[in-house]
Amino acid sequence: MRATELWSWTSHSRFARSLSHMNRGLVSAEHGDVYDVIISGGGMVGSAMACSLGMEPNLAGKKILLLEAGNKKVMDRVPEAYSTRVSSISPSSATLLSIGAWEHITEMRCKPYKRMQVWDACSDALITFDKENLQEEMAYIVENDIVVASLTKQLDSMSDNVQVEYRSKVVKYRWPRPHHMAESIPWVQVTLANGKTLQTKLLIGADGPNSMVRRELGIPTVKWNYDQSAVVAVLHLSEPTENNVAWQRFLPTGPIAMLPLSDTESSLVWSTSHQHAEELLELDEESFVDAINSAFWNNENQSELIETAGSLFRGTLSTMMPSAGSPRQLPPSVAGIGPKTRVMFPLGMGHASEYIRHRVALIGDAAHRVHPLAGQGANLGFGDVACLTQLLSQAAFNGKDLGAMQHLLEYETERQRHNLPMMVAIDLMKRLYSTNSVPVVLLRTLGLQATNMLPALKEQIIAFASK
Amino acid sequence: MYCRKVGRPLLGLCGPGRSYSRAAVCRQRALWLRRSQHQALSRHNSTRSPSQSTVDPDEVKRFQSLASKWWDEQGEFAALHAMNDLRVPFIRDNLLNVHRAHHPGKPLAGLRILDVGCGGGLLTEPLGRLGANVLGIDPVENSIGTAQLHASYDPDLRDRVAYQACTLEELSADGAEEQEPVADRFDAVVASEVVEHLADLETFAFCCSHVLKPGGSLFITTINKTNLSYALGIVVAEQLLHIVPSGTHDWEKFISPVDLERLLESHGFSVQCVQGMLYNPVSGGWSWTNSTAINYALHAVKPRDSLQPDRAEESCPHPEDHAAATHS
Repeated sequence: MRATELWSWTSHSRFARSLSHMNRGLVSAEHGDVYDVIISGGGMVGSAMACSLGMEPNLAGKKILLLEAGNKKVMDRVPEAYSTRVSSISPSSATLLSIGAWEHITEMRCKPYKRMQVWDACSDALITFDKENLQEEMAYIVENDIVVASLTKQLDSMSDNVQVEYRSKVVKYRWPRPHHMAESIPWVQVTLANGKTLQTKLLIGADGPNSMVRRELGIPTVKWNYDQSAVVAVLHLSEPTENNVAWQRFLPTGPIAMLPLSDTESSLVWSTSHQHAEELLELDEESFVDAINSAFWNNENQSELIETAGSLFRGTLSTMMPSAGSPRQLPPSVAGIGPKTRVMFPLGMGHASEYIRHRVALIGDAAHRVHPLAGQGANLGFGDVACLTQLLSQAAFNGKDLGAMQHLLEYETERQRHNLPMMVAIDLMKRLYSTNSVPVVLLRTLGLQATNMLPALKEQIIAFASK
Repeated sequence: MYCRKVGRPLLGLCGPGRSYSRAAVCRQRALWLRRSQHQALSRHNSTRSPSQSTVDPDEVKRFQSLASKWWDEQGEFAALHAMNDLRVPFIRDNLLNVHRAHHPGKPLAGLRILDVGCGGGLLTEPLGRLGANVLGIDPVENSIGTAQLHASYDPDLRDRVAYQACTLEELSADGAEEQEPVADRFDAVVASEVVEHLADLETFAFCCSHVLKPGGSLFITTINKTNLSYALGIVVAEQLLHIVPSGTHDWEKFISPVDLERLLESHGFSVQCVQGMLYNPVSGGWSWTNSTAINYALHAVKPRDSLQPDRAEESCPHPEDHAAATHS
C-alpha cells in the first residue's frame, strides 16, 4: 500500500508542507543506486560472505552486491591436474559452506584427512592429532580454485538476491560522516574504474591482506613480514596409499608440510627463507624431489643431548601414562612433481586493530593474515563470515539499519576474541620452531612430548582450531 | 525513568504549565478528566477544535530546539535509540502472532501502523524496514522535518514511511469527517514514551480506538507512578545526575499499569500483556524484567465487532520469555 494512499487521508495543506521536506532529501539521494550491502573482493571469503547473506531468510529482498576485480571463475569440468594453492577446511567451515557450495565442492574434488602428524627435525618429539578411532574427518584439503568456483556456481543460482559484478575494480571510497544531520549523503560511496558510483548502507571489505578498504579507512595494522616465503607444489607419491594423513615437520628453516590430495598426489607447502625458496625453485625436478624427501626423513639436525633428553622424558611419561602417546609414522616418499606447479609467495603476519568502522566491516585476510603453518587462514575468514551473517540477520529482523555500529561492534569483539589468541599462538609456534639453539629445542621437545601424552589437551586444541 | 533524556513530545491536551503545585495539578487533572469523559460519552464530532491551543508551548519549544539531535545515537536520545532493542521485537512479535508473515525479510508487510508522538522517527523507521506502512505523527514540526529528511535518503523507507505534523486528535477528527472505511484505519497504533506527557488519557484512548481496525493492536510504553519511579526517574535522573533536563517529567502524569489497563478496558480494549523494562545506565542497554515499577510496555487489542476479542489471555511473546507482570 503506497504512501500516497496514506496521505490522501490528510488535509492538503499539511500534506504540501511535508512533501517539500521530503523533496529536499529525495533529490540528493537520486545520485546512484543505494545497496544494502556491498562486498568488495570476490575471493574465497568474499564469495562465501555473498552466498551466506543471500541465503539468509531475514535478508530476503535486500540489495546485495559483490564486486570482484578479476574475471569470473567458471569451472565446467574439474581440470585433470591439481592446482597448487590449497586450503585446509575445518568442519565448521564446511558447515558454513553447506549453504549450497559444499555440495559443489564434494562433487568436484576434495580430500578429507583423519589424522595429522607434526614432528620436529631437531629431536624425536612428535605429536599427532586425530578424532577418536579415526572415524570422523579432522578437516578437508580443497584447492582454492575449487572453493571459488563452487561459490560462484552457487551465486549464479541465487542471482535474484545477490548481484555479482566481475571486472569491477574500485578506485575510490568515500566514507559517510557519522550521525549528524548534515546535508551530506549518509551512505558509503564506491567509485568503480568504469566511472560508476554506487552507494551502500554497509560495505564489507574482503579484499585480501593488502586491503584497500582498510588502507583508505586509515585503520592501524600490526604487521610484519616473516623473512620467509612458501614454496608450493603438487607432489606425485612413489606408490598409491590410503592418503588420509597430513604431515608437517618443523625444520630450523621453517615447517614443511605435505597435505593429501588423492591416493597418489599430495600438496607441498614448504615455508623457508627467501633465498632457500628461490634456490628450490631453480632446482631440476629430481633434485627438488630429493630435497623434499630428505627434509622429511633426514635426521642430521638432531644432537645427542636432545635425543637422550627426549627419550628419557618420553620414558618417564610413558610409565606415568602408559596408554597415551602414539606410534611414529613415516610420511610417504615422493617420486615426482606435477608439471609447472612450483610457485613461491612471501609470508607475513597482519592484524587490523579495528575490524569495523561506521558502515564498514573487514573480513578474512583484510582483517587478519597468518602463517600457513597451522592451516587456519581460510578458516578464520569463514568464521568471520558465519559470525557477521548471523549478526546482520538478527539486526535485519529487528528492523535495524545494517550499517549501525551496535551489531558491527559485536562482530568485532567476538571475532577479535577468537582470532587474536589463534594468531598469537601461530606466531609463537613459528618463532619457537625457527631456531636451532639447544635450550629452545629442549623446551619445545619436552613440551611437544608432554602435549602428545595428554589427550584432553589435544582435544581442546582441535576444538579451538575447528571452531 | 532515570536516563530517558528528553521524553516524547506532547500529544494534545496537556495540562497548562508546570509551575503548579501538586494539589493544583491534581485538581486540574480531575477537571480535565470530567470534561473529557463527558465529551467521550457524547458523540465525537469535529467541532471539538483540536489544535494548537491545547499543546504546551514550552514543551514544544524545548523539543524544537532538540530537533536536530534525534539521530545522534550517542547524544541526548541515546536511551531511546537503545530502547528499540526491546520495543521493536515487542511490537513485531505481537503483531506476528495475529498476522502470519508472508514475506521473508519483511515480516510486517501489508500492515498499517500509526506511530503517535514519533519525534525524529526513531521507532518509525525500524517498523518501516520490517515492511509495514507507517505514518508517524507529532505536533512538533521541526521533529517531523528531521524525521522526513532522515528517511528520505533511504529508498527502502521512502515508499513506506510518511510523516505528518499534527496531533492524534486532529488525525482522528479528519477521519471522522471523511468517514473513512474500516480498511483505511490502522492495524496497530504505537504510543511509545508519549502517555506520560498527556493529561487527558481518556481522549487519547478514545482516538486510538477510533483509528484502529477492529482487532487492531495498541502498543504503549510508559513510566509507572510509584515511589521508585519518583526517586529514580525524577530525583536521580533530573535533579541529581542531570541526565534528563529538569522539568521534563511530571510525576503526576505517570500512570500505573493497573490504571492504564482500567482506562483502556473502559474504552473497550482488552489488555493482552504488560511487561516491565529496565534501563542500565552503565551499559546503556535495556532489558525485560519482571517488575513494572519503573518502565513498562503494554499491548492491548481492540475487540472485533464489539464482541469479546478472540485472542483471550495469550501469553505475551517477547524475546526473553519472562512471565508477564500481571494485571491483577
